[in-house]
Formats: sequence, structure tokens, C-alpha cells
Amino acid sequence: MAESEMLVLQGLHKTFNPGTVMRKMALAGVDLTLSKGDFVTVIGGNGAGKSTMLNAIAGTFQVDSGTISLGGRNVTHLPEHKRAAFLGRVFQDPMTGTAASMNIEENLALASRRGQPRGLRWGITARERAEYREKLASLDLGLESRMGSKVGLLSGGQRQALTLLMATLKKPELLLLDEHTAALDPKTAEKVLRLTSQLIRDNGLTALMVTHNMKDALALGNRTIMMHEGKVILDLDAEAKKHMTVEDLLAQFEKASGRELANDRMLLV
Amino acid sequence: MNIAQLLNQLPGAVAQGLIWGIMAIGVYITFRILDIADLTVDGSFATGGAVAAILITGGVNPWLATLIAFVVGLAAGMVTGVFHTSMGIPAILAGILTQLALYSVNLRIQGIGTDLGSRANVPLSINKYKNMLVSLRNVGRFALDNPIWLMLLITLVLIGLMYWFFGTEYGCGLRAVGANPQMARAQGISTGMGKIVGLMISNGLVAFSGALMAQYQGFSDVQMGRGAIVIGLAAVIIGEVVFGKLFRNFALKLLAVSLGAIIYYMVIQVVLWLGLNTDDLKLLTALVVALFLAMPHWKSRFTAWKLKGGKLRG
Ligand SMILES: Nc1ncnc2c1ncn2[C@@H]1O[C@H](COP(=O)(O)OP(=O)(O)OP(=O)(O)O)[C@@H](O)[C@H]1O
Ligand SMILES: [Mg+2]
Repeated sequence: MAESEMLVLQGLHKTFNPGTVMRKMALAGVDLTLSKGDFVTVIGGNGAGKSTMLNAIAGTFQVDSGTISLGGRNVTHLPEHKRAAFLGRVFQDPMTGTAASMNIEENLALASRRGQPRGLRWGITARERAEYREKLASLDLGLESRMGSKVGLLSGGQRQALTLLMATLKKPELLLLDEHTAALDPKTAEKVLRLTSQLIRDNGLTALMVTHNMKDALALGNRTIMMHEGKVILDLDAEAKKHMTVEDLLAQFEKASGRELANDRMLLV
Repeated sequence: MNIAQLLNQLPGAVAQGLIWGIMAIGVYITFRILDIADLTVDGSFATGGAVAAILITGGVNPWLATLIAFVVGLAAGMVTGVFHTSMGIPAILAGILTQLALYSVNLRIQGIGTDLGSRANVPLSINKYKNMLVSLRNVGRFALDNPIWLMLLITLVLIGLMYWFFGTEYGCGLRAVGANPQMARAQGISTGMGKIVGLMISNGLVAFSGALMAQYQGFSDVQMGRGAIVIGLAAVIIGEVVFGKLFRNFALKLLAVSLGAIIYYMVIQVVLWLGLNTDDLKLLTALVVALFLAMPHWKSRFTAWKLKGGKLRG
């Protein structure tokens, strides 16, 4: 395996509720390789398997077959909390990524120890606090003066920005973003997206970002993949993206899937 | 009705409240921090009493006996934790199973050294075991051997220990497990292990409290933990209602639980003094706790109703 391969998915299959009428094949043989530093945007219709792919990588469930390697390690059978050492995650629901009843600095302190053994040292040090204050200030949301506030008091956008910071505080080998701006109003979404690009660029992160915004999908990252019925049906490199319009992308989708792209939340402009 | 009679009862209520308050702090850890309603406590409270009683009557130092009761409580919590996490049994049911099993275990523990090998009650007379940590015999006296002082000291030390523990890296992780399990796993924390450890600490404290109770009342009984969970919840809720606005710091919240238990026992003394039959106490407690547990639900429905009303008018 090449040194530069950060994520390798081979033949991933996942069927939910097997053997019942609710049977649903969500992943039907996903093959995907991400090089170190790749920033890949992921698009696809409702139920295409985008979230399922990200959750399979994170270890939310075990896949039926196929292998997942992260940074050269086979993590296919590693439980979720052990894989977390290599992953940063931001979810669609702003409630999911943070602990509402704990304060901002406690959430950050938890995140900064991701993948490390947690012992009986004090949970947060003065030096950390100073570091967090600085990082929060760079978000420009005024959170640096509210480090003792419960996260539950923050707005959705503030919580997503905080979750992003938490996901990158300890540099992850792979950043997983699942429609992390979908629940935000357009202005806030744009701000969080800008922050996302900035964090990925500044830290040289490898990232997979699911989005329902076709324009963002084309504008951001160095690669775009399209999913349909549990498979990757289109893979565009940076060069191909450059010349692609949203209309071209839709046409490509129809050609590859034999169907029109349908997504409730899809933004075409 | 004689007011002096009531006043005579109050020191006893304070001592009892302090002892049950430690149990209630255990309940707070599962119910509020881990978000689990753990019914193991009815069993593990009596287990604590049984272990302490059998050790003290066997000549073991009461401090050591109480400490060993704590360790046995840890084990009881671990059983519930394993039932819940490794065997996938819902937390409430896991607790009920352990509680049921502990009933037999407690009979056996108390039966150690008897011909039958099983016993429902172990007497622990302060006249015979003079070095017991607390006894109700001295509770009415204003003196240094009044159990209230030692109970106060033990309570404060335990609150300090819990404050420290839940402030450590490991303890913060446990709080995250209860606050948002999905987030905890994403930060590399095993929620299964976290729940087991939380249940262990909780039941350790509950058994510790049971050990003190057995010494205080001068006997251990397999029935002594019946309804402990409800008393624990009552203390937690009373503490929150009375001191919630005032106490924000974690240590103060734990103190509020202990004070809640004291208030609970004072109120009990008052209603008994007013003529309530002791047999009806559990009914009253259950109703009061149900009422307080319903508060947040009613409050949110009331707010929703008010919002809707506001919209109609506007
Ligand atoms: N836990 C689950 N149990 C049962 N079915 C599931 C589960 N998770 C996903 N599915 C099903 O698997 C399919 C793929 O779902 P997935 O959430 O991955 O789609 P998606 O591409 O993220 O779609 P969307 O754009 O709507 O978020 C869907 O049909 C969904 O109903
Ligand atoms: Mg999805």
C-alpha cells in the first residue's frame, strides 16, 4: 500500500434489516481511495448511501463485507471509539457533535484528548485554556469570552463551528463531514463552510464532505464523487471539476445512473 | 400533639438524612450524570448493610468493614453494568435483575456462620460493638460522639472526592458518556465501559451508605433497601427544587442532594408527627416523587401552550 494512501475502501457492503421486508442494501460495493491531503466532496440523491459510507468508516456499525483501512491500518473490525483516534467528525445535526450540558472549554478538553488514554490528571489545564481561548477567538464568533457557558446555550451555527474546532483540535487522519451545514441558515452555513475550508487548508487535512449543495461540491475540494444506490458512480478529479457546471454534473448523473437526480434538500444554484 | 416531641425527633432525621444522602449521591451519579435509572440500589444498599454487619460481628474493624461494603457495592454495580452493556439488557431491567439476585445473596451473606446458612436479620448492638462508626443512641446528645458530626465529615469528604473524580480526564469522559453518548464515542470514549464504571461507583456509594445505616440503626436487614431508589430520587429532586437556582457548582449540586435527603427525613418526621401512619409512608413518598418527576414535562407543555396562545392572540 502506497504511503500516500490515507483511506482505502474495498468492496464495502452493508444491508440494513437483512432477511426482512424492510431489507435495504445501503452500500453495494463501495471502492474508494483517498490520498493524503485529498479534500473530496460527496454528492448523491436521497438514500444513495452517503451517510452510510461515512458511518461505516467511523465504525458506527460493522460492514457485512469489504475492508476499510485508515493510514495503512486495517480498521474494519475496530470499535467506533477506537477508530475515533484517527477521525474527526462533524454531523448534520448540531446537537450530535457536542455535549450540551458541559461547557465550551470542557467540550474542547474532551476533544483534545481524543485517542489518548484518559487518566486521573485534572481534565483541563490552564495552558490549554489559553490555547482554546486563542483558537475560539479565531472563529470570530465571540465564543472566547464564553468558555464557561454550557454548549446547550449556543446557536446551531456556533455549535457546528465549535464541533469543527473539536474535530481538528487533535489533527485527525481523516475528517468526516456529513452535510454539516444543512441545518443552518444560508448566511451561517456559508460562514461555517468558509471555516471548514480554512481549517482543512491550514492543517493539511484529508477530508470527505457530504453536501447537498452542488455548487459547493464543485467549488470546494480537489475531487468530487457521486453516489447512487450504494455505489460510487462518478469520480471527478480537480481538472474535471474546473470545467464542470452544475448542469453538466446533473447530465453526468443521469448518464451514469439512468435517472434524474432527486434530493429533497438539493440546491442546484 | 406536642412540639417538643417533634423537636426530639429532628436530630435523628438529620442523621438519617445524612446517611441516606450518601446513597442519594450514588443515585445522582447514575440518574443525572449517566442518564440511567438504576434499580440495583434497592439491593446494593442492603448488601452494604449485610457485609458490614457480618464483618463487624466477626470482629473486623468497623471502618474496614464499611470500606469492604463499598468494594462489594462496586461489584454489584459491575454486574448490572455487564448485564446492560455486554448482554444488551435495558438498563432498568438489568438493575431489577441484579436487585432480585442480591436479595438471595444478601440472605446468604447474613447467614455466614449460621447453621441455616441464610438469615434475614443481623443484630448489631452498640453495647457489644462499641467502636461502630455511628449509632442512633448518641444522636440526641450535644456531644462529640453524636453521629451527626462524623456523618457530616464523611459526606463532605465524599463530595470532595466526587468533585475531584468528575473533574479528572477520566471523570469528564464519564460525564460525556451520559451527556451525549454519540459525541463521547466520536471522541474516543467507550460508552459501554463508561456506564459500567459509573454504575460501579454509584453502587459502591450506595453500599457504603447501607453499611453506615446498619451500624446507625443497630441491625442489618434484607428488607432495609426496599424503596431506596425512590428515596434517592426524592433527595435528588428536592435538592434541585430547593437549591437548583443557588447551587451551580458540581460540588454544591452534590451537597444539595445530601441536603435534599435531610429535608426529606425532616418532612417525614413532621407528617408522622401530624399523625400519618408509618405504613402509608411509602405511598406518600412515591406520589410526591411522581409529582416532582412530572414537573419538567408539565412545564414544557405549559410553555408550548403559552406560546400557542401567544400566537393566536398575536
Ligand atoms: N440504521 C439504518 N437502519 C435501516 N436503514 C437505514 C439505516 N441507515 C440508513 N438506512 C437506509 O439506507 C439507505 C441509505 O441511507 P443514507 O442515510 O446513507 O443515505 P444518504 O445518501 O445519506 O441520503 P440523504 O441525502 O437523504 O442523507 C436509505 O434507504 C436509508 O433508509
Ligand atoms: Mg445522509
